[in-house]
Amino acid sequence: MAQVELRNVRKTYPGSAAEVIKGVDVSVGDGEFLVLLGPSGCGKSTLLRMVAGLESISSGDAVIDGKTVNQLEPKDRNIAMVFQNYALYPHMSVFDNMAYGLKVAGLPKAEIAQRVGEAAEMLELTPYLERKPRALSGGQRQRVAMGRAIVRKPAAFLFDEPLSNLDAKLRTSMRMQIKQLQRRLGVTSLYVTHDQVEAMTLADRIMILNQGVVEQIGTPMEVYSQPASLFVAAFIGAPGMNFMDGTVSGGGHAVTLKTGEVLSLGSGAVASAQDGREVTLGIRPEHFALTPEGDGAHLTLTADYIEQLGADTLVHGKFGTGMLVVRVAGERSVAEGDKLALTATPEHLHLFDRESGRRIG
Amino acid sequence: MERRAIFPNKKLPYLLVAPQMAITLVFFFWPAGQAVRQSLYQEDPFGLSVTFAGLANFHRIFADPNYLYSLQVTFIFAIGVTVMTMIPALLLAALIDRVVKGKLVYQTLLIWPYALAPAVAGILWLFMFNPGMGTLAMLIRSTGYNWDPSLNGTQAMLLVMVSAAWKQVSYNFLFFLAGMQAIPKSFIEAAAIDGAGPMRRFWTIIMPLISPTTFFLLVVNMVYAFFDTFGLIHAVTAGGPGKDTETLVLKVYNDGYVNLNMGGSSAQSVVLMVIVISLTIFQFKYVERRVHYS
Repeated sequence: MAQVELRNVRKTYPGSAAEVIKGVDVSVGDGEFLVLLGPSGCGKSTLLRMVAGLESISSGDAVIDGKTVNQLEPKDRNIAMVFQNYALYPHMSVFDNMAYGLKVAGLPKAEIAQRVGEAAEMLELTPYLERKPRALSGGQRQRVAMGRAIVRKPAAFLFDEPLSNLDAKLRTSMRMQIKQLQRRLGVTSLYVTHDQVEAMTLADRIMILNQGVVEQIGTPMEVYSQPASLFVAAFIGAPGMNFMDGTVSGGGHAVTLKTGEVLSLGSGAVASAQDGREVTLGIRPEHFALTPEGDGAHLTLTADYIEQLGADTLVHGKFGTGMLVVRVAGERSVAEGDKLALTATPEHLHLFDRESGRRIG
Repeated sequence: MERRAIFPNKKLPYLLVAPQMAITLVFFFWPAGQAVRQSLYQEDPFGLSVTFAGLANFHRIFADPNYLYSLQVTFIFAIGVTVMTMIPALLLAALIDRVVKGKLVYQTLLIWPYALAPAVAGILWLFMFNPGMGTLAMLIRSTGYNWDPSLNGTQAMLLVMVSAAWKQVSYNFLFFLAGMQAIPKSFIEAAAIDGAGPMRRFWTIIMPLISPTTFFLLVVNMVYAFFDTFGLIHAVTAGGPGKDTETLVLKVYNDGYVNLNMGGSSAQSVVLMVIVISLTIFQFKYVERRVHYS
């Protein structure tokens, strides 16, 4: 159990000028669960592999348990990794797969048997210890991969999209198991995924990466309610946040949309000097409310396409020249072409600078 | 979760394998049948009279000390060639992964020897190690060692083994390389994180995973040593000195085509056939058990 720290870590592949990781700073606390989230190609797996020692670090430091590990071989970093394809040795039984690292470390037989036994018990793998990986289901293989990581009692777990090969239902239950296991063992964990639901449910903190740059590091709720940039705002939440172009007005107390509507910012007012600044306004689909027609300031949405999800209803519609998505709780009979009057609570409005995409209020 | 392609056309598959079947029938089964038939007859050197002899030819060859010696020579040769082929090939395939520059050049050069005809390869080695004019032979002799494969049976055996192996290393290298490249990188990475160094990974992960390739090559190399080395040995030593490098195929040729003992030669080739078939069956039955197909 230990802290994992990255200090201005950068990665450039030899023979290429482009930086893949452009200076990442993060400190993962003892026992913390940090999720690295981002679209494919953002560098999240590369970053994890740099911590593991499978990729070299071009500049900056990776520090595990107070020790700079840049020059250390993977085996000397005291970490365990769970791979996307599990990487179970196909010619070894479940027992041997889990015991491999311990055998290499030269532990006495009795201790190996005891540790593997404990892990198998914890993961409900005891009946399968003699089986070969190919005779296991996807979920079981996943658990063996977990077991292999657990038995070594490492300083940190590294997970590289461990659930992406499972079907949706299994993924949900495995997600829960991973979380519970991590809680129980209290091992510092870094977890790479492109699935925001996984990130939201598993993480103590989420680090969102975009093209090798950290967009935001924060708890799931911070990332959801205070996205630091347009990128984060668009990436977190399904369906994604709605964006509209506008200008700050009313002495920093409102936003005038391109379509003419004026939305009050309420307590989220920005400095009056911001008046006239070009912004992108973000509102999540779940933060709209329906109001009776003609009741104060509102947006009018022409329903275009309706998705009934049971628990709630998604209304896609035209607004101005763009599209908006609105989530309405429960079943709601909306027909195509219906006009809906919407209001948005001021505290749920997000303002981003049009140029930089950074949050301003 | 194996998926099988299903072809609606019933005749097409047979049509497609027909050319291969025809070749096998004409060039393998037919001559093999001929050999079996001929091994039961005795023929005079001019082919004028043929008499049925039953198993007399077989009795005779097994009572012949020359034949038993040839049998021994062949086994030593086959095992030697297989070992001398597979170990360097495996080593080269394992090391090529670490070559950073000019990988393709190495790979290409390593494949070239396979393109040579056996007799040409033999002549090449004969020249290099000819005690009178061979460059490498001179080098050996300059150390004071009395190198002369035309007089020393052990040296002759070593020479044919090395040249036969040299030619076959390419083929083995290719298969080992393909086998190793088929191993997902994450296995190696997982083992590295598990703490295994390169040697340990090689023995506990790579070797077991390429065992189907190794097994296949074992069979192929044995068959190669038994049959396909005729041209090479014939060119290098012609079975000499004495009969120290006369393998079974060479003896079949010498007895049949040089000494014109057709019945005896046929009996030998039948025995040779039986040996190779049983070796292959043995390998499939016992060695294959230790093979992991993924």
